[in-house]
Amino acid sequence: MMIVVLNKDTINISREQDVVVFRNRVKESATKIRMGLVNQTKLITAASELVRNMLRYANGGIVTIEVVSRGRDNGIRLVFADEGPGIKDIPLAMKDGYSTGKSLGLGLPGTKRLVSEFDIKSVVGTGTTVTIIKWNNG
Amino acid sequence: MKQDIAKLLQKKKKQLLENWMTNQLADSALREDLMSNEELRGQSEEFVESLLNTINGSNIAEPSSSDFDPVLEILAGISMSRARQGFSPRETGYYIFSLKDALLQILQDEIKDPVQLFESSMQVTRLVDSFSTVTFETFIKGREDVILRQTDEIAEISTPVIRVWDGIVALPIIGTLDSARTQVVMENLLEQIVQTGSSIAILDISGVPAVDSLVAQHLIKTVSATRLMGAECIISGIRPEIAQTVVHLGIDLSNIVTKASLASALRYAFSMLQLEVKKKTKVITQ
Repeated sequence: MMIVVLNKDTINISREQDVVVFRNRVKESATKIRMGLVNQTKLITAASELVRNMLRYANGGIVTIEVVSRGRDNGIRLVFADEGPGIKDIPLAMKDGYSTGKSLGLGLPGTKRLVSEFDIKSVVGTGTTVTIIKWNNG
Repeated sequence: MKQDIAKLLQKKKKQLLENWMTNQLADSALREDLMSNEELRGQSEEFVESLLNTINGSNIAEPSSSDFDPVLEILAGISMSRARQGFSPRETGYYIFSLKDALLQILQDEIKDPVQLFESSMQVTRLVDSFSTVTFETFIKGREDVILRQTDEIAEISTPVIRVWDGIVALPIIGTLDSARTQVVMENLLEQIVQTGSSIAILDISGVPAVDSLVAQHLIKTVSATRLMGAECIISGIRPEIAQTVVHLGIDLSNIVTKASLASALRYAFSMLQLEVKKKTKVITQ
């Protein structure tokens, strides 16, 4: 079924302080489409996970927040685009416990488990784009 | 014969200051509550003095000339102090814009040739506009300083360590845990453990909106540090939605004692210290 974009918003992320602002914006959108508390928390956690990655490895980037609808389902789509170093081995990065930094290595795989749809594209030297969708009841 | 505007203005210094003061005092946005008229006059006088000492026939046409640095410095100081005192941008802007009016009034009175009047007005306008830009830049910077200071204050006040019982300290965390905050939290907690000689610390995360892997990592670090000090650390305030998120993320908190509420954490702490809280039974005397 086709996904229709109902509302679009972009935020620039360049400092750690932007994370809180961004998270509140995501929460606002999620509340607007009456997403349940558990799904909201999952979405916000996933978003904050990805935005931290963006800050840490690419010094920031641009996030697009979209309210999307597919038939009777409403959801939030977030697109994280950065111009960082890119990810060399995506399957490895998606493995639990793998991290090039000193983190727990749960960011990417954990995020995938938290959201309904997850897509990652990366070109080494050019940047990474992660797209996630969380459906209202998914 | 082309008149030297700089010289002209220097001659008319007194009138210029009077004009400027009249303009400022006539504005409805004048904030007598924030600054007295005398103070305003002193500030304006200092500025006019330094401006007129600096300008000459050649640099008046180049607002970006380094000759103006001392003038800009004074202006920046005024603007910065206004931002801190709580002036609005409009009020601060009017301070410098009303100077332009005063300058133009003098030019209009003194220069009769329309072409020259226009030319010198343009020069003065350009000069004052470049001053205005500086004023706004520093004004915003002043405001940002205020915000930064408040951020620091919030970071400092938001981590109180509470002694709930003999040997038990609690630390309610409110807001997001980032690296800088964790550092403050950890320091405060460890210090209080030593000071109070506590053996149990309760970290309450009821006020943390989301626990992502970074927050979890910080929590785990804090717990390990507390254990190194010989105290046990309990994490309380884990809401249902947080619990589900943590599980999906795949964070392993199983070797940390976690509780849903501060009350149950306290109960656990009591049992560890072999304390018993009992309801007092009334002794009925006959």
